[in-house]
Amino acid sequence: MSVADALAVRPGLVLAPADEAADRALVDRLADWCSHYTPWAAADAWTEGFGLWLDVTGCAHLFGGEEALLAHLTRRLKRLGFSARAALADTPGAAWARARYGANHPCVPGMGQRDALAPLPVAALRLAPETAATLSGLGLRCIGDLYGIPRAGLAARFGRVVAHRLDQALGHESEPISPRRPPPSHGVHAAFAEPIARAEDVAEAVRRLLERLCRQLEAEGLGLRRLEVAAFRVDATSRSIAIGTSRPARDPRHLFRLLGEDLPALDPGFGIELLRLSALEVAPLAPEQTGLEAGDACPDEFVRLLDSLGNRLGFDRVMRLVPQQSHVPERAVTRLPPTAPVPSVSWPDRRRPVRLFSRPEPVEAMAPVPDSPPVMFRWRNRAHRVVRADSAERIADEWWRRIAPERDYYVVEDEVGRRFWLFREGLYGAEPPPRWYVHGVFA
Amino acid sequence: MPSADLARLRARIAALEGVGAEAVPGAVALGLPEVDAVLPWGGLALGCLHEVTGVPHGNGVGDGAATAFSAMLLGRLAAGERKPALWIGHGDMPYAPGLGQLGLGPERLVLVRPYRAAQSLWALEEGVRCRALAGVLAEVWDVDLTAARRLQLAAKASGVPALLLNHGPACGAAVTRWRVGTSPSRSDPALGVGPWRWNVELLRCRGRGVDDRGRVAVWEVEWDEQARGLRLAAPAADRAAAPQRFRAAG
Repeated sequence: MSVADALAVRPGLVLAPADEAADRALVDRLADWCSHYTPWAAADAWTEGFGLWLDVTGCAHLFGGEEALLAHLTRRLKRLGFSARAALADTPGAAWARARYGANHPCVPGMGQRDALAPLPVAALRLAPETAATLSGLGLRCIGDLYGIPRAGLAARFGRVVAHRLDQALGHESEPISPRRPPPSHGVHAAFAEPIARAEDVAEAVRRLLERLCRQLEAEGLGLRRLEVAAFRVDATSRSIAIGTSRPARDPRHLFRLLGEDLPALDPGFGIELLRLSALEVAPLAPEQTGLEAGDACPDEFVRLLDSLGNRLGFDRVMRLVPQQSHVPERAVTRLPPTAPVPSVSWPDRRRPVRLFSRPEPVEAMAPVPDSPPVMFRWRNRAHRVVRADSAERIADEWWRRIAPERDYYVVEDEVGRRFWLFREGLYGAEPPPRWYVHGVFA
Repeated sequence: MPSADLARLRARIAALEGVGAEAVPGAVALGLPEVDAVLPWGGLALGCLHEVTGVPHGNGVGDGAATAFSAMLLGRLAAGERKPALWIGHGDMPYAPGLGQLGLGPERLVLVRPYRAAQSLWALEEGVRCRALAGVLAEVWDVDLTAARRLQLAAKASGVPALLLNHGPACGAAVTRWRVGTSPSRSDPALGVGPWRWNVELLRCRGRGVDDRGRVAVWEVEWDEQARGLRLAAPAADRAAAPQRFRAAG
């Protein structure tokens, strides 16, 4: 319908430009919210109107049966201001058709999709409008009319799509729903009869859920690597926080402490009605005794420290610096996670500074004799007279990446005993003329 | 008063003041008898806050002496306890090969790089509470007295020593405070740069008084690259003569 037609029908109509991105985000948010019915919830990828897919296999009994689940879902959505239609069937295609074209009986009984779909128009098969129009023009108005048509004829006239959609709707062909997020391997949740809003209540609920989750993991010999806590609030929004651990862990007290700093981010708003803890990543963890003596310096305590630092500062900010096979000073060091084994490569034998500047700083140097250390250099507006210097150490890029010119490094000491690592890039008598840099300071 | 009573009384006072070997969970010797003898604990006390500062040079970067001395201390703590040590710094990273040559190898050192200065102190306190560490060092620019006292209390509770490599003003609550600057090599200039030589001033040490120049003691020490240890370079008295000689030499 055009705007002019619409205004003719309803003069007081409020007009707003369509914002597809915002609509999509809203549907995605609703899909997240629906994941408290089932972890397999997804926004409808097929774009006629907006829809949500929920695979409620094995979940309906939690809400008192399929009818009750649908009623619960539509009632809640209605209360939130959405007009929604829902249907439930054995196949996604049948549910889609009943939700959009079915007049009543939203629950299609098991194996009943053939009868349930027969009276619906062919457009309910998720066909392109022109395909549906052509079918209607041929007198095939209802899905039931297609049942008797030979497949070969359909395929010859319309390609695979009609038969494919029909088979999907009837369950002859599988059609998986891709959930918005991968379902977690382990999870626990708690629904609250009365929404909780006080920070202490939320913390207590999370603590109890953590204990349950850890017991679950212990039974299977697993430990957590990533944990997500999601709070579903009464206003159909959800908040979530996540933590990681540097080693598989399942000590509820430790995990709770890691969560502790972020818990306020689960802003309860008007109240949380469902809390869910999901183990996003698990790894094998051998059973072990807990409750070692407090005075005992167990490596567990070190790992706990790494977790707490990692969650607050980022796991990439905590590292071990280990040697790497390279002569170039910048590449002689590589970072490893602190729990990784230290490779048995040693540092270079030659003297190395305690501070290496990330970017060598250019200096004006006076070097009267080629291939010798300077007698004087000016760095950061201060002149340094070189009193002592070690012989040069020539460092070149590895042959497979030789881009930068060779560098001659010198350890020099000035008259007050400050020791610098200078290098000369380039050779005397060559073009461009050599340049001097300070690359670090020594002990 | 009998001398036995006097000794007992002295020990009690020392314990109340937190000095002496009984008041701290232990100490790690620096391996230099002259220095260890001045420290009331016979070495660097565990479970305490220690502070190392450099000598300002006025052009934005200090020399590496304070960094190197801190690395040496942390390396000794880690080697003595056979546990990892934490280095927390949010500015320029220390260069690991250089630290390794001072006895702080990659198998002992874990580096933490917070985004902000405020997180350094949090990380330091968190580290100090962890008994699985041999020691924790944080590079700081601004520490107030309250934060330093908290650190001292946390260190006392866990027995893990905390080191502040302080690039800013003194924090005031440290049990020992060191100022370390570079000192020119004494070797013949023709032989190149000699062993690292530092002028180490102990500016504050609980249980020890200071002299009229505000120092507990001063040493001129050298780093022995072969033995990976400190050695006394020369008596402090002839320091004044040293620059004279170099002016003549240059």
